[in-house]
Amino acid sequence: MLSMSTNNSSYNDQGGADSAVEIGQETTPTSNSGAGFGLFSTDFKKNDDLKEMLENNKESLKLEAMKRIVGLIAKGKNASELFPAVVKNVASKNIELKKLVYVYLVRYAEEQQDLALLSISTFQRALKDPNQLIRASALRVLSSIRVPIIIPIMMLAIKEAASDMSPYVRKTSAHAIQKLYSLDPDQKEHLIEVIEKLLKDKSTLVAGSVVMAFEEVCPERIDLIHKNYRKLCNLLVDVEEWGQVVIISMLTRYARTQFTSPWREDGVFDENSERAFYESDEEKTRDDTEIKPYTMDPDHRLLLRNTKPLLQSRNTAVVMSVAQLYWHLAPRNEVSIVTKSLVRLLRSHREVQYIVLQNIATMSIQRKGMFEPYMKSFYVRSTDATHIKSLKLEILTNLANEANISTILREFQTYVKSQDKQFAAGTIQAIGRCATNISEVTDTCLNGLVLLLSNRDETVVAESVVVIKKLLQAQPSQHSDIIKHMAKLLDNITVSMARASILWLIGEYCERVPKIAPDVLRKMAKSFTSEEDIVKLQTVNLAAKLYLTNSKQTKLLTQYILNLGKYDQNYDIRDRTRFIRQLIVPNEKSGALSKYARRILLAPKPAPVLESAYKDRDRYQLGTLSHTINTKASGYLELSDWPAVAPDQSVRNVEVIEPVRIHPSICTALFHFCPDSSQSSEESEKSSSQSEKSSSESDIEQKKKKKMKKPPQKKNVKPPNKDRYQSVMCKPNSWVGPGFGACVCVCDFSSCRMNLLRPHLFSRRLSVVISCVSGPAFVPEKSHNLLHRMTGKGLAAQYQFTRQPCLYQPNMVSVQISLTNTSDHRLEQIHIGERSPAGLKIHCFNTIEFLEPDASVTVSMGIDFNDSTQAANFQLCTKEDQFSVSIQPAVGDLFLAVTMTEQDFRKEQGKLQGMNECSATITVTAENTSSQPLNRRVAAMANVGVVPSGQDNVHRFAGKTACSGAVLLVTVELRESSAAVITINTEKSVMGSMLLRDLKKSLAQA
Amino acid sequence: MIHSLFLVNPSGDIFLEKHWKSVVSRSVCDYFLEAREKALDPEDVPPVISTPHHYLISIYRDKLFFLSVIQTEVPPLFVIEFLHRVAEMIQDYFGECSETVIKDNVVMVYELLEEMLDNGFPLATESNVLKEMIRPPTILRSVVNTLTGSSNVGDKLPTGQLSTIPWRRAGVKYTNNEAYFDVVEEIDAILDRTGTTVFAEIQGVVEACVKLSGMPDLTLSFMNPRLLDDVSFHPCVRYKRWESERVLSFIPPDGNFTLMTYHVNAQNLVAIPVYVKHSINFFESGSGGRLDLTVGPKQTMGKTVEGVLVTVHMPKTVLSVSLNATQGSYTYDNATKVLVWDIGKLNPQKLPNLRGSLSLQTGAPKPEENPSLNIDLKIQQLAISGLKVNRLDMFGEKYKPFKGVKYITKAGKFQVRM
Repeated sequence: MLSMSTNNSSYNDQGGADSAVEIGQETTPTSNSGAGFGLFSTDFKKNDDLKEMLENNKESLKLEAMKRIVGLIAKGKNASELFPAVVKNVASKNIELKKLVYVYLVRYAEEQQDLALLSISTFQRALKDPNQLIRASALRVLSSIRVPIIIPIMMLAIKEAASDMSPYVRKTSAHAIQKLYSLDPDQKEHLIEVIEKLLKDKSTLVAGSVVMAFEEVCPERIDLIHKNYRKLCNLLVDVEEWGQVVIISMLTRYARTQFTSPWREDGVFDENSERAFYESDEEKTRDDTEIKPYTMDPDHRLLLRNTKPLLQSRNTAVVMSVAQLYWHLAPRNEVSIVTKSLVRLLRSHREVQYIVLQNIATMSIQRKGMFEPYMKSFYVRSTDATHIKSLKLEILTNLANEANISTILREFQTYVKSQDKQFAAGTIQAIGRCATNISEVTDTCLNGLVLLLSNRDETVVAESVVVIKKLLQAQPSQHSDIIKHMAKLLDNITVSMARASILWLIGEYCERVPKIAPDVLRKMAKSFTSEEDIVKLQTVNLAAKLYLTNSKQTKLLTQYILNLGKYDQNYDIRDRTRFIRQLIVPNEKSGALSKYARRILLAPKPAPVLESAYKDRDRYQLGTLSHTINTKASGYLELSDWPAVAPDQSVRNVEVIEPVRIHPSICTALFHFCPDSSQSSEESEKSSSQSEKSSSESDIEQKKKKKMKKPPQKKNVKPPNKDRYQSVMCKPNSWVGPGFGACVCVCDFSSCRMNLLRPHLFSRRLSVVISCVSGPAFVPEKSHNLLHRMTGKGLAAQYQFTRQPCLYQPNMVSVQISLTNTSDHRLEQIHIGERSPAGLKIHCFNTIEFLEPDASVTVSMGIDFNDSTQAANFQLCTKEDQFSVSIQPAVGDLFLAVTMTEQDFRKEQGKLQGMNECSATITVTAENTSSQPLNRRVAAMANVGVVPSGQDNVHRFAGKTACSGAVLLVTVELRESSAAVITINTEKSVMGSMLLRDLKKSLAQA
Repeated sequence: MIHSLFLVNPSGDIFLEKHWKSVVSRSVCDYFLEAREKALDPEDVPPVISTPHHYLISIYRDKLFFLSVIQTEVPPLFVIEFLHRVAEMIQDYFGECSETVIKDNVVMVYELLEEMLDNGFPLATESNVLKEMIRPPTILRSVVNTLTGSSNVGDKLPTGQLSTIPWRRAGVKYTNNEAYFDVVEEIDAILDRTGTTVFAEIQGVVEACVKLSGMPDLTLSFMNPRLLDDVSFHPCVRYKRWESERVLSFIPPDGNFTLMTYHVNAQNLVAIPVYVKHSINFFESGSGGRLDLTVGPKQTMGKTVEGVLVTVHMPKTVLSVSLNATQGSYTYDNATKVLVWDIGKLNPQKLPNLRGSLSLQTGAPKPEENPSLNIDLKIQQLAISGLKVNRLDMFGEKYKPFKGVKYITKAGKFQVRM
């Protein structure tokens, strides 16, 4: 309030001054418009006249007067003393008159607060008008009147308008929020409530404005966005263009806080990393997240996908904001899709070019490849403005590499001849940068620059000298002739910077030109008094250096120069002279320092680094004002670094009744038929009790089947001992019932070739079925530590992927957990507690009531990993304690084996070409070249079924992802001399490439 | 966002100011005027200037500076794009964008600016919506207005702003329903002194003039959409259909608008319609020189090249020229050192030639560099890329519209280095 009134007084002052000037100006008619400005001769008369007109009853006269007043405002003249007369007309019926009064009111209300209050009731009435546009305009004007007294009224109006029927009124209320906030920041809390409400709005009209309000009032309340994130992404295309810019920049900031970096490609994945015995579990979980391979959050992908069409917008600001979004958020290989659109913007207005080129300059430093194909678009035209030229030059220099440097240098040759000397000088610097960056052309550039030394234009020569100096400093050894050449130039060049550079060069490398250097010094001694200061300093330097290296010839000259310097007018030079004299001329006063004179003056100096002025600009978000001016603008919102661990993803879930997931294919329904106990062959070998248990479980299974009204159980029970026998004989146990149609038979014979040896030994259970899912070809016996007995206070837990389809839900992966009580007391109520991410779907095992000391129990649970290798974290609780544990799946465990004919395989493979395919050539160890060990290796790595193959050297495997059921096809083709090509085809290309890596490792090792 | 707007004329006078938030003193423009003084050419004024308390973002257009004052972080392109929209809007309303026109219509411009931004954030920038609120002046209307005292401010409230297609107003009626499309292509090229193409590309734009009643839904398809490499659309175009079928499907705005702009993917295959034979040399003595220019048609696809205009930026020391043109006329501006030769239609039988002597400043050294030529030209009935419109279909309305497509090729930034 206080600051407001001081403001007012200053405005009034200014206004007063203005009107004083105005008297003088208005005597000459400035305009010949229809409004007839020319009628008035003096200001006082005019204002009186206007007042009269406004108080007249005639609408047309009032309108005329208002037009003239607005004309005055537009010219920046003071019309505030008419306030009382104008404000009376606020309720006028004439729309134009009313609008003009509004314009006036908004302009002067701040200065005439008391009088402005007179108009408020009119607006309050209009806020209730049945016409939405009148309501909106009333709110617009009311909120624009910067009078603190009416803040409560505004607040009320905003709140009401925020729940108006009309989206247009709601949009206006979003604008009003910002106005009120700038008037009174104390209202923040209330305004946030309104913003929160408006953010939920589904109208495209509102979205842009409310996000603008959000950015201005509470950009730190990122939590308000969570629930609206997906909606905003989806609405984006239909929002008006200005709103798009604001929303995109807000979402960029949001995404950087919520998703993990897509830039890390080297996430090493190691499932069996051996751990130190006493390593704590906490450390383990952290490690696991660090080495976790990257999968993009679907929400992250949604944003990228939905902004891409906007690259085609006609609005340059929208294109730029999408480009910066891709730059800051997209995986490295996707950023380049914005290139074309950015280059297109270069066709636009000069100012647009300027901003876009600046951003390209920053981008091109890090990513040459993005813009290199468009290099020619950055060629300079003689008609470009100077700042455009230098930006293009900057970009061309950034893009230069070994391949294109000759083209660029040829282009630069044209620029050097430009009439614009400043630009020519810039080009020479650019050549210098190319020369240092690309060593192949250093000599060429140097020769070219030496040629320029004979140029007629002095700025060009001078700039060349400076650049040559820098280049020579980098590699002085072989260039003494250039130094000699430059020494000759000294007679003609007058630009002081260039002269100084030459002198420095000669001084620095005086030992390479022992004959010339003293002569140059002689000449300089002659002209010393008439030189510029910078040249004098370098002359003193040269003298000192020569004195040290060649004192015989130069002693007198040096003393002469030092004497001249001693009486120079410039204190810098006097100072330097005194210093040098003490340093180099030994006398009784000089201390220890003069011993080191040589080392001080002739120390090898590091070559200057020529680098881009845009090198560090990427610390600012691209496309922002801060980036353009290269300092932090007020109100700039920092773009945060990617979080190491993604925050909870489920916060973006919106509570809607999700459509029931239907799994149409019978194959998924039949999942339930698959054996769940799924113990490995080892286990069945070890304990018969175990196999009893499994048979009991198979009973449950049978009941299920009955429920499903599927009859095939008659074939499925086999004596357990036979089963065991089979298991012992051939590890990959496939349980397939006979007579299940050709498909099943094929699956049987193929998925495990060993079974061919004893076709009569069929397992007691059928795993599958008409369709696809088969039992695992192999179950790794490896179990992983879930909870160490030390950290678990006596409770030890191990887990193992059973590789069986999950009993509870088809898209879950079944995990078997064995719990052991190693403590000396009974553990009670072992169960699963909180889990994270919160959306993680786990089918828990039933609470174990108690576990006696030294007893152990095996339970199975289902986890929906959602086709990602992200670890499932949850808490294992006993009655007293809670332990955080995590299960980290290997990528191979996320699949389910599928049986398939070779024909189907080829068909599926045909559908999954291109992006969906990844392959690698490896050298396999000798033992893996035969089919059995190979099959076993592959099956050990991933839960896939063997596909019968007609060719001996090609092995095929099929599987599908547990969650989404995407098909996974693996082909291993053995070639000559133990080479093999692994090809993986799957829609889930990330999983595919991860699996490929694992397979490579596994097959290549003995 | 945008705090204030000042319009500044070439001599540095501020002739209009508008504030959307609290008032900013016009003294803030001094920083800009200082930069303006420093720059040799108004084009060289940096678009973004930072002052102690404000940031100034300006555009230079039609010899006027549009200067906006910003207080907090905002994407600079957002402001620049908006300022250009303001200039376009003034152009659209009053036929031209100049100081006199703005001064004559100052009230209306002020009203428009009021509607375009609310609290510095763009509110209504669609010309359709604006025209409903504030009608553009016509001669008839201004006569009626003076007689009856009525005004240009629409008494209807704008409905376009409320609809999901803000670019089209409801209830459009025409007696003659017609839709015209102009395919305009511009050749951007740099040729070196031997006439070889250093760089060439084609940029095209489809300008539309649609005067159709009701809510027509149009579909425009091309014979060879594969030519189009990079496109940008008016918001009315349905992007999904373009992605999948390569057709333009849209409900058009009423009147003139730019439907799409495109870039043709033919890096090396751009046909260069003209060639220039040029020689310029200065005498060693430094007193003068000779110039000889000939322009001839090259790859014109059998069409005539019209409106040929050659602009030469002479070295600073060239005082005057004395030339003889076999066709057209030339002018030489000594202040800007620009030679303009207006040739007109190119006759392949008799090639136009311009030759004569140049006189230099006495005592000045022989100019080191050669000037560059800019060429302007026009070819009617030809899209140089070969792009062709296949058909235009209309849905949603019953009447039969009159349809027309016109092709034209122009020189864009066409530069020859001498």
